Amino acid sequence: MLVRERITSTGIHAVLIAYSMLALFPLVLIVINSLKSKKAIFRDPTGLPVGEAFSWKGYASVLTNSDFPLYFGNSLIVTCVSLFLILLFGAMASHALSEYRFPGDTFLGLYLILGIMVPIRLGTVALLQLVVDLNLANTLTALILVYTAQGLPIAIFIFTEFLKSVSREIKDSARIDGLSEYRIFFEVVVPLVRPVIATVAVFSMIPIWNDLCFPLILSPGEETRTVTLGVQQFIGQYTVNWGAVLASLSVAILPVLIMYVIFSKQLIRGITSGAVKG
Amino acid sequence: MFAIYPIVESLRLSLYQAGEGDGVFVGLANYARLVGEPYWAEQFWNAFKNNVLLFAMHMLIQNPIALALAALLSIPTLKGAATYRTIFFLPTLLSVVVVGFIWQLILSPLWGVTPAFMNWLGVGSFFKPWLGLESTALITVTLISIWQYVGIPLMLFYAALLNVPEETIEAARIDGLNGWWIFWKVKLPLILPTLGLVGILTYIGNFTASFDLIYSIQGGLAGPNFSTDVMGTFLFRTFFGFQAQLGDVHMGATVASALFFIILIGVSLYLFGVQRRLQRYDH
Repeated sequence: MLVRERITSTGIHAVLIAYSMLALFPLVLIVINSLKSKKAIFRDPTGLPVGEAFSWKGYASVLTNSDFPLYFGNSLIVTCVSLFLILLFGAMASHALSEYRFPGDTFLGLYLILGIMVPIRLGTVALLQLVVDLNLANTLTALILVYTAQGLPIAIFIFTEFLKSVSREIKDSARIDGLSEYRIFFEVVVPLVRPVIATVAVFSMIPIWNDLCFPLILSPGEETRTVTLGVQQFIGQYTVNWGAVLASLSVAILPVLIMYVIFSKQLIRGITSGAVKG
Repeated sequence: MFAIYPIVESLRLSLYQAGEGDGVFVGLANYARLVGEPYWAEQFWNAFKNNVLLFAMHMLIQNPIALALAALLSIPTLKGAATYRTIFFLPTLLSVVVVGFIWQLILSPLWGVTPAFMNWLGVGSFFKPWLGLESTALITVTLISIWQYVGIPLMLFYAALLNVPEETIEAARIDGLNGWWIFWKVKLPLILPTLGLVGILTYIGNFTASFDLIYSIQGGLAGPNFSTDVMGTFLFRTFFGFQAQLGDVHMGATVASALFFIILIGVSLYLFGVQRRLQRYDH
């Protein structure tokens, strides 16, 4: 029996490890090759970047010959501001939805679910016209507004589920203490749902950082390019300079990777509890 | 408001044709052109067919793989589950531009990683530039998409499986069922609602998210010879134009609205059909 169990367990690990390799191999391949000289990239793609094969040239040309630092800044601004707006409005709206009864609250809830189900992209055509009419074409503001609208429904959905579990007594006792509704929200409710905020933040950040569609359509200009769009254009221009292309890919992966490593535990806990509740 | 207005506006625009000022109201004529005029209909049905194929392949390949991996991960005695989980979810976080290009490089005959690997396995003669061939491009793109997005259904299944009460499993074990049968007879029926949810998410993602990957691998023309064209790329081309064809706002809006209705039909079917039945099963 014990032997059989051990065989089963080895088999399971073999399957899981095999899939892990499949998931990791492409990433590892890109990162090690981005650190190699052009000759080494072609001669031995799977070799490690050691000795003669090692070279910083790819990274050097990305950082000096291109506008990558600028794109990086753009992405950072767009992501941070949208994230801030999503978290602020999302938390406030969910607080309202879960705390107060007002005419039309069910309808509003349904409306937001519709927002999750029907992607904003379908409105691309009209959205572009709207952005042009508002004189926002090729600005980061346009992207921020679109991403906030795109991220809000799901943020509100997750927040509401959690805010419903904040006990009424705490809020009522704060009310008796004479705190204003705003202070109750910021000083009582927000600290209680801090772990959820992290989940929503990561969930909202990733699609924004990685998005190609809206930067391509709303702000393709040189000045307002995001990293994702920048990489896409860069690849087109420099297909000859493989070291640089691979380095640019690694640079684009990096921030997401760091975020993921920091928040991975919280993120997965968020997904599991969110799915359980939904 | 920022989310709903554009869709309503798209619906309105789709009822007009270019003309003076705001255009001329033409009713449903644009939709008739979309499915009636050979030039449009051919592209529309081709994109639609590819989307259906894409959806079918995701349902038949991605979701079973996700379910199997989630089932293995949720075995309570498994060591290192957290590490596997982290690794499996990693590709999902990457930008499609990056993913698309990584696979283009790996599958490229120029660089030779794949041919070398296949030679090592002794099947080198089967190598082909899959992304560049009309017959295999769509399935290759699909497999890349599965590689990237398998993490999402995986996590949803995993969460649902963890949520199956311990007592139920214990009771089944006492009844003499082994791990394999417990999965099929006890756990699977209990996570049916999640299967439904994954189904509808796959459906929506298939019509919207597929644009990014295909655009970044095959470009707006969804080559070779439109063999990977989906609704998303078709919409992009129609609206912005390409090569000799000029962009057309009204036809673009028509394609977008058609897509909106296709998604709406799927979502309604799910909400009123599947979900209601599943809930009844639940109680």
